[in-house]
Amino acid sequence: MSLPDGVERRSFGGDDEWLATRGEPVYGEPTDGEWRRWDARRSKLGAMFERGMEHGLEGGETVLYLGAAAGTTVSHVADIAGPTYAVEFAARPARDLLEAAEPRPNLFALLKDARSPETYAHVVEPVDAIVQDVATRGQANVALANRRFLREDGRLLLAVKPRSEDVVREPEAVLDEVLETLSEGYAILETRSLEPFHEDHFGVVATRR
Amino acid sequence: MTDEHQDAAGWFEGLDPGDTAGAATAIREGSADAPDDWPAIAVESGFADDDDEYYEALHEATLRATREAVHEAERADDKQLIHAIRAMDDCERVANELAERVAEWAGSRRGDAGTGVAYARTLADDETVDDRRLASLAGRVRDLDDEAAALRSHVERTAPEVAPNLTALAGAVLAARLIALVGGLKQLARKPAGTVQVLGAEEALFAHLRGRAPSPKHGIIFTHEAVRGTHPEHRGSAARALAGKLSIAARIDHYAGDRRPELEAELHDRIERIQARDVE
Repeated sequence: MSLPDGVERRSFGGDDEWLATRGEPVYGEPTDGEWRRWDARRSKLGAMFERGMEHGLEGGETVLYLGAAAGTTVSHVADIAGPTYAVEFAARPARDLLEAAEPRPNLFALLKDARSPETYAHVVEPVDAIVQDVATRGQANVALANRRFLREDGRLLLAVKPRSEDVVREPEAVLDEVLETLSEGYAILETRSLEPFHEDHFGVVATRR
Repeated sequence: MTDEHQDAAGWFEGLDPGDTAGAATAIREGSADAPDDWPAIAVESGFADDDDEYYEALHEATLRATREAVHEAERADDKQLIHAIRAMDDCERVANELAERVAEWAGSRRGDAGTGVAYARTLADDETVDDRRLASLAGRVRDLDDEAAALRSHVERTAPEVAPNLTALAGAVLAARLIALVGGLKQLARKPAGTVQVLGAEEALFAHLRGRAPSPKHGIIFTHEAVRGTHPEHRGSAARALAGKLSIAARIDHYAGDRRPELEAELHDRIERIQARDVE
């Protein structure tokens, strides 16, 4: 799958090519003119691009981002997307998320619990894509609870961290269980390991069913 | 399309377009069962002239709402206590590291070289040190050590306000460390006693869960006299008893907030009985 409009591979002076978007720098990432480096090792979504997953993004979409943390990934998303709603539960990283949101008129930061979508459904409009990267038990249930935001033809881009569900069991077994729960509301298009960018993480692409 | 939006209201419902404070409150406290095409509804209802104006208002309102919410969450007293105890640990650690450097440096120049923060303190006040940089570095160690002491008394002053029962049982520093390890008093109150018992021993716990090691008997509560002062054979029991009382104390502190002196007496009795057991 090709990259969405607004994401390019650029060299940043070295031999290697990196993903990059255009926008205000956020976390001290290297820049080249208006382009700033998007490091797939620091971003599950970036890793999903690098692994060539069928993300379905073309650029300009309306996005709901769950688990925005300090805003590293969501800032890149907002660089290429339309209205971008960033939900983060913890106050400390949300402080940094605000810094990313300030210069981006299309990035809306919300200090909310992704497990309780009714606390932000009065703010968030229906979206073309949900990006989810929450490190909590019940990752599939978070995706199911937020299904109401996804348009009929929209996509769920999910980073699954089996360690957050159960530290002891085999990651693959935990993943299967997550996928099974997920299939109550989603049709799963693709699942891939995010190695070598993220150990023991999986990328999942799904649509509504 | 208006009739289908009767029962759910967007955050902007009933707000004047310029009222950012009201908008922030609506975003923080409002709710809806399902999302809706809020931009279109806002334009239709006259809140905004077009989508751009709507998003501009939304941007301003979410920034303010989230800033307020972050500020409130971070100002909470238990969060302040966490900063203080971490800062204290940082100062102590750095003072120790620098003291080692001072000792090594001094050893190359002086016959009386000692070790540790105490030696760096004497050097800092010693007029006969002939190297200005060495003397200055020793001074930094002294200052950091002073700062750590000041932070410790700050923790001792504030911990009883944040968690009176927990502090009475555990002492201020251990109480603050327990709260810091889980991220807050509320989080600690929600942990089962078995988790409190091994907080700070995560590495050993996970090694155990993977089947490579015996279960850890205690985490940082080892620093408590009730555990450390008990014979190794009975430390597991002591740790379990202590963790049970500590988590009850944390729950009272979080949910009720009043002092329950009987907790200390109960803990004291339990530990006394455990320590009186025979040792094989």
